[in-house]
Amino acid sequence: MSQQTSPPGGSGPLPATGQGSPAGPVRQTGSSPGRGSGRPAFLGHMGRVRNLGLFVVLVLLCVVGALSSDNFATSQNALVILTSAAVIGVITIGQTFVIIGGGIDLSVGAIVALGSVWCTTVATQSFGFGGMVFCALAVGAVVGLVNGLIIAYGNIVAFIVTIAMMASARGLAERISDRQSQVVTVESFNSLASTRFLGIPLLVHILAVAVLVGWVLLNRTTFGRRTFAIGGNQEAARLAGLDVRRHTVMLYALSGLCCGIAAIMLTARTTSGASNLGDLYELDSIAAVIIGGTLLTGGRGSLVGSILGVLVFTTITNIFVLNNLTTDIQQIAKGLIIVAAVLIQRRGRRTATP
Amino acid sequence: MDKRGLGGLDRRRLLLGGAVLGGGALIAGCTSNQSDASTSDVNAAGKAGTDNDKPGKPVSIGFSAPAADHGWMAAITKNAMAQAKQYSDVHFEAVEGTNDVNAQISQVQTLIGKKVDALVILPFDGKALTAVAQQAMDAGIPVINVDRVFDTPLAYRSWVGGDNFGMGLNAGLYIGRTLKAKGVSAPVIGEIAGIDNLELTRQRSAGFRRGLAKYGFHVGIRQAANFTADSGQQVMSNVLQARSHLDAVWNHDDDQGIGVEAAIKQANRSEFFMVGGAGSKHAMQEIKADNSVLKATVVYPSNMSASAVRLARLVAQHKGMSDLVGQDLPSSLTLFSATVTKENVDQYLPGAFS
Repeated sequence: MSQQTSPPGGSGPLPATGQGSPAGPVRQTGSSPGRGSGRPAFLGHMGRVRNLGLFVVLVLLCVVGALSSDNFATSQNALVILTSAAVIGVITIGQTFVIIGGGIDLSVGAIVALGSVWCTTVATQSFGFGGMVFCALAVGAVVGLVNGLIIAYGNIVAFIVTIAMMASARGLAERISDRQSQVVTVESFNSLASTRFLGIPLLVHILAVAVLVGWVLLNRTTFGRRTFAIGGNQEAARLAGLDVRRHTVMLYALSGLCCGIAAIMLTARTTSGASNLGDLYELDSIAAVIIGGTLLTGGRGSLVGSILGVLVFTTITNIFVLNNLTTDIQQIAKGLIIVAAVLIQRRGRRTATP
Repeated sequence: MDKRGLGGLDRRRLLLGGAVLGGGALIAGCTSNQSDASTSDVNAAGKAGTDNDKPGKPVSIGFSAPAADHGWMAAITKNAMAQAKQYSDVHFEAVEGTNDVNAQISQVQTLIGKKVDALVILPFDGKALTAVAQQAMDAGIPVINVDRVFDTPLAYRSWVGGDNFGMGLNAGLYIGRTLKAKGVSAPVIGEIAGIDNLELTRQRSAGFRRGLAKYGFHVGIRQAANFTADSGQQVMSNVLQARSHLDAVWNHDDDQGIGVEAAIKQANRSEFFMVGGAGSKHAMQEIKADNSVLKATVVYPSNMSASAVRLARLVAQHKGMSDLVGQDLPSSLTLFSATVTKENVDQYLPGAFS
């Protein structure tokens, strides 16, 4: 399957998926010989090398954290960081699939808001735990499906479709909730966020399972290989006989489903649904994906890298709060660290590449 | 219907039926949010005991406010409308709320064009709307400025609004007083602020510091959230990690407070007490129930818009405020930020926004 990430250059992708810039395929073919393995391995040397830089960044952050605050290097704090990463982590999994597949999903934050609002209305709450969970998942999947159908069969670029969905899904959330916070009274639902299993919060388990399932799906199944193929060169994938449209629909539905799961987690965490939840999560998730080494133009990427990216973000925030830094300093430092992380990440890759 | 907790035999059928029913319910009416009739808090109309409330010359009042995208702002618009409805002599012209200053400027211009008798404006940005408010004044239409103040007194006849400094001050005084009464000598006091680059956040924090200073206390850890439940949860879970012991916390906003409280519950912390801000119905119900760390909240009255409509009616009918001596309406009214505790919560609960 190694031909997938080193596609025959030249023929540009269909304009339908929004990667109309010729820079995509050019960069693709230019950079692929060094590490052109189409099957990034979880623990195989390619995978490890690819994420080494980011891993170094995370370790450096942990050293800074431990030196600057006594409360950092505790198991309790590690769990706080992991729990903070859980919601955005699950969203980022879906986003990784979409971006590797050559698209982008700007509506994730709005889908989370819509899911959280819809599953916390008085009517939905009367169905209890199961009803709320089902509702959030259904809303997420259906909204994602609509995204995918319009992108694939309506031939509109993903950027436009999902930005439109971002506006209308949040608008619908505002309409349903009447812009009020809807407090969850179903205690079993709220306990999702406080339950611990083997001493580890349930939300962290959910993230772990989602990462595992996502990794297997991306790297060990036909679905994953098709995702790389379509993202790498859509036209080639189509000529090779892949149903590009159907696959695109599935990618966005998957992203929507991830948002549904995230909506459940976020709603339980905050014990409320509100139309302003998930604000700017699209940027957070895209940033994590890109920092994680996935090409914004698609065709190449790593799920483990994305999750490391999320962990870098949540660890930064944690260290800032532990040291009681003010918001302005947090913002300056965050920007610098992101750039530094990408530089280290790239340097790590360059030195690792033969 | 799909009740929870049936035996294992029926599980599959239940799942299937539940899914179908759930799907149906989703379409049918999971967006319904009707529980108890929402109470409006403008029933105090008859209190004044003067003849100002008797129908006078029919007047039209134009109303423009930002988008009702959060509980407090939603209550502003609702309270203004409810108040206007109580007067048979008021023709109320409300334009769609917007957070786009450009759109709000054109809306106010439309209202000026309609030659309304008075205008009630809560500008999204006071500076940006100053010019158009002044146009209205120049055209002979008195403007009642609500909360966010215009740049020049030329732009409004009267200003009515909340007291952000006083809000922080009263929160600080309450916390200082309570800790002194408990005999805590060197307390660790936390502050969860709202959006940090807003002037109102700075004023609230300044007031809070002043209030604490009266008792010789200072803020031990201060972090800013985003006025949303998810940001409140995120920030508070890290703050709790940063300080293993806290004595008191002031959270600027009750909407983000839902998330702050969720974080406290999830971390199983209860050694401190918390004071909220703004005065939501949910927060007041918790204060009344007295079963959480939330012991008080400082009100930022959302019924100020109702007062503004009353002022607009009076100024259009050329009347003064009957409870004051003198012919004319005052040029500015700063509303008091009351501290609501278990003792007086019943008095404020009807006026709380949800």
